[in-house]
Amino acid sequence: MTAELLQFLVSGLTVGAVYALVALGFTLIYNASDVVNFAQGEFVMLGGMVTVFASAAGLALPLAALLAIAVAVLVGLALHRFAIEPARGASAVTLIIITIGASIFLRGVAQIVFDKRFHQLPAFTGAEPIMLLGAAILPQSFFVIGGAVAVFIALFVFLERTLLGKAVLATAANRLAARLVGVDTSFVLALSFGLSAAIGALAGILITPITLTSFDVGTLLALKGFAAAMLGGMGSPLGAVVGGLALGLLESFAAGTISSAYKDAVAFLVILAVLFARPAGLFGRRSVERV
Amino acid sequence: MKLGKMFHRGLLAAGAALLAAPAFAQPAPIRIGAVLSVTGPASFLGDPEDKTLRLYVARINAAGGVNGRPLQLIVYDDAGDANRARTFATRLVEDDRVIAMVGGTTTGTTLAMRPVFEEARIPFISLAGGIEIVDPVSPFTFKTPHTDRMACEKIFADIRARGLSRVGMISGTDGFGQSMRTQCQRVAGAAGITILADESYGPRDSDMTPQLTRIRGTTGVEAVVNPGFGQGPAIVTRGYHQLGMRLPLYQSHGVASQEFITLATPAAAEGLRLPAGALLVAEQLPANDPQRPVVIDYKTTFEREFNQPVSTFGGHAYDGLMILVDALRRANSTDGVRLRDAIRATRGFIGTGGVVNMSATDHMGLDLSAFRMVEIRNGSWALLGN
Repeated sequence: MTAELLQFLVSGLTVGAVYALVALGFTLIYNASDVVNFAQGEFVMLGGMVTVFASAAGLALPLAALLAIAVAVLVGLALHRFAIEPARGASAVTLIIITIGASIFLRGVAQIVFDKRFHQLPAFTGAEPIMLLGAAILPQSFFVIGGAVAVFIALFVFLERTLLGKAVLATAANRLAARLVGVDTSFVLALSFGLSAAIGALAGILITPITLTSFDVGTLLALKGFAAAMLGGMGSPLGAVVGGLALGLLESFAAGTISSAYKDAVAFLVILAVLFARPAGLFGRRSVERV
Repeated sequence: MKLGKMFHRGLLAAGAALLAAPAFAQPAPIRIGAVLSVTGPASFLGDPEDKTLRLYVARINAAGGVNGRPLQLIVYDDAGDANRARTFATRLVEDDRVIAMVGGTTTGTTLAMRPVFEEARIPFISLAGGIEIVDPVSPFTFKTPHTDRMACEKIFADIRARGLSRVGMISGTDGFGQSMRTQCQRVAGAAGITILADESYGPRDSDMTPQLTRIRGTTGVEAVVNPGFGQGPAIVTRGYHQLGMRLPLYQSHGVASQEFITLATPAAAEGLRLPAGALLVAEQLPANDPQRPVVIDYKTTFEREFNQPVSTFGGHAYDGLMILVDALRRANSTDGVRLRDAIRATRGFIGTGGVVNMSATDHMGLDLSAFRMVEIRNGSWALLGN
């Protein structure tokens, strides 16, 4: 029984780590602009697909991965420059709809530039599972979980220990006040798009050896990442990580112990229950309207 | 005497006889419609179907057409959307005035279009798998692919032949997976199979090890069956290997392509079995197999033209078009009812999907011998003796 529970735990943590990375991407852009960027899943897709095609073209895997992150960052910056920036006066809802349009557009382009088939990447260090207390764990799972931890630590250091990071936090706290003290909030927003794209692409690269990739892999991941971000509290990086891992674990334990047919239902029921009790999510700041 | 009249009028039009002559040499084309899911989620089915139809219509025309008339193919892309499919079906009937339809990539689009062709009394040869397309029989609707019920029967027969009877199922929640799961449950009793575990996964799920762990923990399971297509079965196969499960694993005909082995990795896919059409193992068919020349010819023609591996789905389109052409020749008419009767009278037609014997009560005409049991060995397909 412990072996089975451990198996569910590892499966949940691996999938949850990816949800957490996607949720982090949502959080960064949301903090800088109140926009929920629904093209976040497409960054994950770009990470996986560019790596697959670049390594198929003969590039070494690390180089292909770097190229994929660079491409995703460029796409993220372009998305900001050509879709979000020109509409900066518009309401958050309008901007969100723009990101949905961008997501459909990116998927369409990917269908033409790449193809419509599924693709795989070899695991970074072998595909043979490691046996641990009766549970079979893929080495790639450690990369996924480790990658998520590394991204979270790096992001924490960046936000708390650097001037630029403080500017990002200031923008998140109060955009007008940040602008008054000299923070270039437009630059901060562009930076957030770039960072989100990089994190999304990294998630895509890490997970592809386990889950395969295709041009439309981002849709479901964006949905799950969004649910994770809501569960953790929109705008809280810690909440994104906790929400992502919790969602992954809920799915895996529900599938393994209750019923696989209702695993998504179980996960979303728990999210609903949490949001009833805490509408701002687990770590979300309660927005208080002062009169 | 329509042509004669045209010719006459041409003469009267002041020395235009030379211009009118081509109207004589080029009789009106026979219009065939095709609504396919060339893009969208079912594009890996619709794309080879589209290519096959265009290629073979061009070849038939180059060889002189049918009954002295060229074929004209009118293709619309429904992108997998049943609503759009129905709109295009209406356009084919009312504007393009087609005499028959070869298409309908998915069961969903086919069922949406069926009433249009039934009402117009125009033969409709579907390329989709669902058994509900021809069961119960609609007067003008036919289909070329095997059904998922046949796949279940074939798999269960193979399990029984191994002396096993208790299976665990893990099915995708997509249309294909759910339909096949239902059919498998329906035929399990008659096949002497007991289903002990019944798990499912979302078509885009990234990890199925929890479900597989559950099946492994179910006492008495002797074999595992995975109805599904797309990436799901590949991830199930990888998870199966990851967990070190040794029970015989069966996939469905939905993953019968070389791509599946690549995605699942040859190591994980080693030893798994699935029912597939003859096309998959064309070169391995014995020399006296009636399907051998047909599948090898289609395979080489398609691969030479498009430089990509042939797929079962393109084969369904080939069969549909050839059955129609055969019926057109026998009926020597484009009248809907006479053409339907001719399609229904198809006997001993050898296609890529099997030997087709239609009747008034069977609008598919295939039996279990159309499926071949194959096993994955060293990253490629091995035909098992039937």
